[in-house]
Amino acid sequence: MLKSLVAIFLAAILTENYILNKFLGICPFLGVSKKLNTATGMSLAVTVVMVLATAVTWPIYTYLLVPSGLAYLQTIVFILIIAALVQLLEITLRKYMPPLYNSLGVYLPLITTNCAVLGVTMLVLEKGAADPTFGYVESLVNAFGAGIGFLVAMVLFAGIRERLELCDIPKSLRGLPITLIAASLVAVSFLGFNGLVEGMLG
Amino acid sequence: MNEILLPILIVAGIGLLAGLILAIASIVMAVPKDEKAEAIQELLPGANCGACGYSGCSGYAAALSKGEAKPGLCSPGGAETAKAIAELLGSGDVEVEYKTALVHCMGSYDNTTDKMEYDGIIGCAAAAQLAGGITSCRFGCMGLGDCMKACQYDAITVCNGVASINPEKCKGCGQCVAACPKGLISFVPLKKQAVVRCANCDKGAATTKVCKVGCIGCMKCVKVCEAGAVKVENFHATVDPVKCTGCGKCTEACPRHCITLLDVTIPQ
Repeated sequence: MLKSLVAIFLAAILTENYILNKFLGICPFLGVSKKLNTATGMSLAVTVVMVLATAVTWPIYTYLLVPSGLAYLQTIVFILIIAALVQLLEITLRKYMPPLYNSLGVYLPLITTNCAVLGVTMLVLEKGAADPTFGYVESLVNAFGAGIGFLVAMVLFAGIRERLELCDIPKSLRGLPITLIAASLVAVSFLGFNGLVEGMLG
Repeated sequence: MNEILLPILIVAGIGLLAGLILAIASIVMAVPKDEKAEAIQELLPGANCGACGYSGCSGYAAALSKGEAKPGLCSPGGAETAKAIAELLGSGDVEVEYKTALVHCMGSYDNTTDKMEYDGIIGCAAAAQLAGGITSCRFGCMGLGDCMKACQYDAITVCNGVASINPEKCKGCGQCVAACPKGLISFVPLKKQAVVRCANCDKGAATTKVCKVGCIGCMKCVKVCEAGAVKVENFHATVDPVKCTGCGKCTEACPRHCITLLDVTIPQ
């Protein structure tokens, strides 16, 4: 049990990285990875929202939508739930943790429309449909792993971009072009993790 | 019929529920807003420059509404903002001190030389790491423009190896003061006064070797000043702007011509 959970967690970070392998959440990946501290703040917020969203959407999908034969509604229902959840989180943070709220400030509303969050909630259900042993706990661990994977990708890339600032880049590649090239190289390097988790724990 | 009605009901129900929860949450966990601070923030220019000493305009507005800060600290806003805030707070008239940033160095290429051929990162902060800077005077302006990059108002130009600040464009935000690795830039009040345009604290003989216009601490300015505004410490003269009458006697007496008269009028 524990071994399979660890395998799910590691796989979500390394081989199924939502940014570098599934190309979800590219907007914050390029937008907020200029500085290390903002990248960390954004990723932690995303992680919390991913786990919370999965915790809420999984039961709604399994016990409300599927029995009524309305599985096709999942996209619109999930968007609704995630948006409300992020708002609720924002209100709660503003009340009880003002410093955290101030430091996350802009990022929380941004997460509302983050496709990585929606992607996690929907892809764990796909996994559950393919493998009956993949239940609620596994989904939560997968969502947490996806958030940490987001953090890893963001922090790695923030480090690269801070280095890029000091480089003598050809004029035509400055700004977004070189960022996209660097992102593609990081993504290719993450392909090297393929089969690692299965080999380690399989 | 059911096939259409049920999805509509479910989505509407979830939406309604989420809305209700959010509405309740926003009432239960409401944070009291400081309306006075918000009104003050409307009046501030929103430059978030930090010249007032607080973390941006919202920080200054919060301090003002609590009575911890005085109006008139906002340099970009100037007199109009100060007056408007004072009216809002009901604290009567306030005096705004106009100030401008000034580079305390005249070490252009005519007056001093570089001691090395620098081919590194273009920036004062990086160049200052190398053997005390690239100019032969270890106190002087290197002219690589860190202050120019820091200035949001295009008030600073670097010409002939030395930076200069246009007082008419300077808003007194203090970004350049923080950016200069040599600490050459400081604020002076906007009035007619003498200013020492040198920061060299070496002994006279050492100063003459590296710069034609460096202060050698000869005390001539101290002797001619009738107001007692000039003093020499560490072989370097300074003028107290409060005492200085702007008579210009020290500028004439200075054998190194490093004291100049600052004569800029207060805006408006």
